[in-house]
Amino acid sequence: MSQPQEKTAASAGEMTSESPVEATTAANAPSGPASARRSLLPGNTLLRHLVILAVCAVGAVALLELTSPFRNSQFAVLAYYAIAAGGLTVLTGLNGQISLGHGALMAVGAYTTALLLGAEEPLPLAVVFLAAVGITLLLGAVVGVAAARLHGPYLAGATLALAVGLPGLALYYDDVLGGEQGLRVQSPRAPEWFQGFIGFVSGNNATTTKWLAYVGVICLLLTFFLLANLARSRVGRTWRAVRDEEVAAELAGIDLGAWRVLAFVVSAACAGLAGAVLGVVIRLAAPSGFTIVLSIALLTAIVIGGLGSLLGALLGSALLVFLPPFVTNLGADLGLNNTEAAQLAPFIYGVVLIIVMIAAPAGFVGTIRLRWLQARGKRAARTAQG
Amino acid sequence: MTRSSRRLTRLLAAATVTSALAACGGGGDGGGGGGGGENEASDIGVTADTIRIGSHYPLTGVAAPGYSEIPTGAQCYFEFVNDAGGVYDRQIEFIYRDDAYNPTQTVQVVNELVLQDEIFAMMGGLGTPTHRAVLDFLNGEGVPDLFVASGSLLWDNPEEYPYTFGWQPDYEIEGKFIGNYIAENFPDARVGLFLQDDDFGEDGRAGLEGYIEDQIVAVETYVPGNTDVGPQIAALQAAGADLVVSFSVPSYTALGQLAALRLGYQPQWFYSNVGSDPTLVGSLLANFSEGAVSDASLLDGAITTEYIPTVDQTDNPWVQLWQRVWDECSTAEGELTNFRIYGMNQAYTTVQALQAAGQNPTRDGLVAAVEQAGGDFQGSWYAPFRYSADRHAGISGMQVSRITGNTSEELTPVLITDNGEDVDIEESDNEPTTPPEDGIPDVEPVE
Repeated sequence: MSQPQEKTAASAGEMTSESPVEATTAANAPSGPASARRSLLPGNTLLRHLVILAVCAVGAVALLELTSPFRNSQFAVLAYYAIAAGGLTVLTGLNGQISLGHGALMAVGAYTTALLLGAEEPLPLAVVFLAAVGITLLLGAVVGVAAARLHGPYLAGATLALAVGLPGLALYYDDVLGGEQGLRVQSPRAPEWFQGFIGFVSGNNATTTKWLAYVGVICLLLTFFLLANLARSRVGRTWRAVRDEEVAAELAGIDLGAWRVLAFVVSAACAGLAGAVLGVVIRLAAPSGFTIVLSIALLTAIVIGGLGSLLGALLGSALLVFLPPFVTNLGADLGLNNTEAAQLAPFIYGVVLIIVMIAAPAGFVGTIRLRWLQARGKRAARTAQG
Repeated sequence: MTRSSRRLTRLLAAATVTSALAACGGGGDGGGGGGGGENEASDIGVTADTIRIGSHYPLTGVAAPGYSEIPTGAQCYFEFVNDAGGVYDRQIEFIYRDDAYNPTQTVQVVNELVLQDEIFAMMGGLGTPTHRAVLDFLNGEGVPDLFVASGSLLWDNPEEYPYTFGWQPDYEIEGKFIGNYIAENFPDARVGLFLQDDDFGEDGRAGLEGYIEDQIVAVETYVPGNTDVGPQIAALQAAGADLVVSFSVPSYTALGQLAALRLGYQPQWFYSNVGSDPTLVGSLLANFSEGAVSDASLLDGAITTEYIPTVDQTDNPWVQLWQRVWDECSTAEGELTNFRIYGMNQAYTTVQALQAAGQNPTRDGLVAAVEQAGGDFQGSWYAPFRYSADRHAGISGMQVSRITGNTSEELTPVLITDNGEDVDIEESDNEPTTPPEDGIPDVEPVE
């Protein structure tokens, strides 16, 4: 390796010197046919993803119908966290950009939804969601152009400014955006066909809570399906190339800036959809729901789950949603009073984060994949010897 | 999940309920309430011997100081009632959860309370932005939403939100009392307003303007979360305001005081009840100034409003009762504070509502009972509630007082009024009440 090459690596900062190798292991899933193992899944990527999508959809219906209404409401919350985390994990895990501004992008989606559903004759929900995605996408493009020129901590700083600044707009234009108290979202009621569907599947009550959980889960599955296809396509490979070795990527004729902007736009669109789902599930779009804490929670979710992995984003989001109430109830059962039990939840979450960082720096999915690769490597070595 | 397996589950559930009921009936019921008959599991959250109440409070985060003490007070009062046999021989289970004053989390914890914990009713959910986020849900599910711990006018809207009731005097009538006092006692004052930028500040301002619109020389607002209020205080000073009315929460009372101290600005301060707790503001002042200001002496001489007796009035029989409840409480830690007294008052009102709802209450029955009997509930509050079939507004009166050290001296008798500019302020002719001997209210069930 030549002298100048090492200098570039060092000047890019410690953050990038080693990270692509281990931290983003979860992002580097082998393409189906490339790994020469037998599988029941079809070799064609699109077909394989369609099969997985169908299986997940059936599983999701079963899960939602077998669990209580409260669990349904938690799955709705999980859905919007996971959609946003999925978008963020594509940005950070596949393309190596960091964003602390995704909470603000979600706010754009939520406010768009609130304004459109608050109209005299609201548009169909799907149209409203598409509009929310579209508007967030436009903002993402603008931010992405700036973000493409920045790296590591500078990019984090710029997107942090977005997270802090954007909710301020809601306060400044308080006659339209409702100020500190936010806008109420007129969540749509369950349509007729949905009640028929639930009646057919399980005979449970088709409540609004259930309908919103289905809306969230449908959006989640669609988003993950599209993201998974994208990650396995030429686009995903190009993003990875940009992430791992800028110079090599540029020599191969890749326009770094344009691909970075594209990654940011895709990620922002996911955040917009997540915000829209959040709006209808929470029934409120208020600045206090989109603080910097939300952006950081999303980041911790994808880091814990495994950078670059959609499954990891889902697992990390599940931890965000299910861990605090679980810890709180556990604390209450152990004889703590409610206040102490409530204070236990953030503490335990912090402890989990630290343990994961020490014991499994590649996150859940990344670590398992690493172990699996190591085991396969050893097996292969043994076979070669024997 | 097939239809037949579900039917089996239902059958089993039905069998369990029936046998449980039979067991209760067989065991016989010792106490028996006023109506005679047996205790039944008359609605969600009610069993023969328990009744489940839920609430949300900021137990962690920025709003936790002070407010997180409210449920500990309420909890202790419920324990006090339970130790004396409960309401109609039912033990009150009080479940409260943390929302960190974040509406997104409020939605989740209230979902959990209603769908998972299956509470019978809500009591004292705290905060305007937070509780607003769950108004539609609670009313959609038909859960009685009693005594919201906020003075917003939102809770008094029986047509749209038939299950929601306010409790404390709303910010608009508080503004009227303050405006009236200023017009009578400081007719030449140049008044500046320091308002929180939401319903709290806006409703208060609406009440003030009916009396002192021509005296107001400057209106400044702050947004919770932005801790720099220097510019606003400087603007009030520049406008020459010599009396500042502040509709602020305790932390912003402290921040405003510190900003004024830095600017050498010494107006007559007039604080709304919410932001005037001398003990809490004092500790916040010490905290924010990193020890440079050690107690609430900055608040000395400030004017405020009160509607329930406070912890410093140790010769008040109600405060003595709250002290007794606190001393006997098994979960009590630390001193009795005004926030704990607030929680006890809300719990006291809730016990009255449950009594009025009768031996086997339903959710709709509880709402009807508060509408019918709530106007006559007697407690430590200085003036009655404004509950009726058409109104769900809370306490109707306050008195103006001056803060001296950690106590306060009254400046006016108890005044009562109602919303709207055309309702005048009158002196209350209610006699001060005393608590019942055993410290537990005794309200007759409504028909």
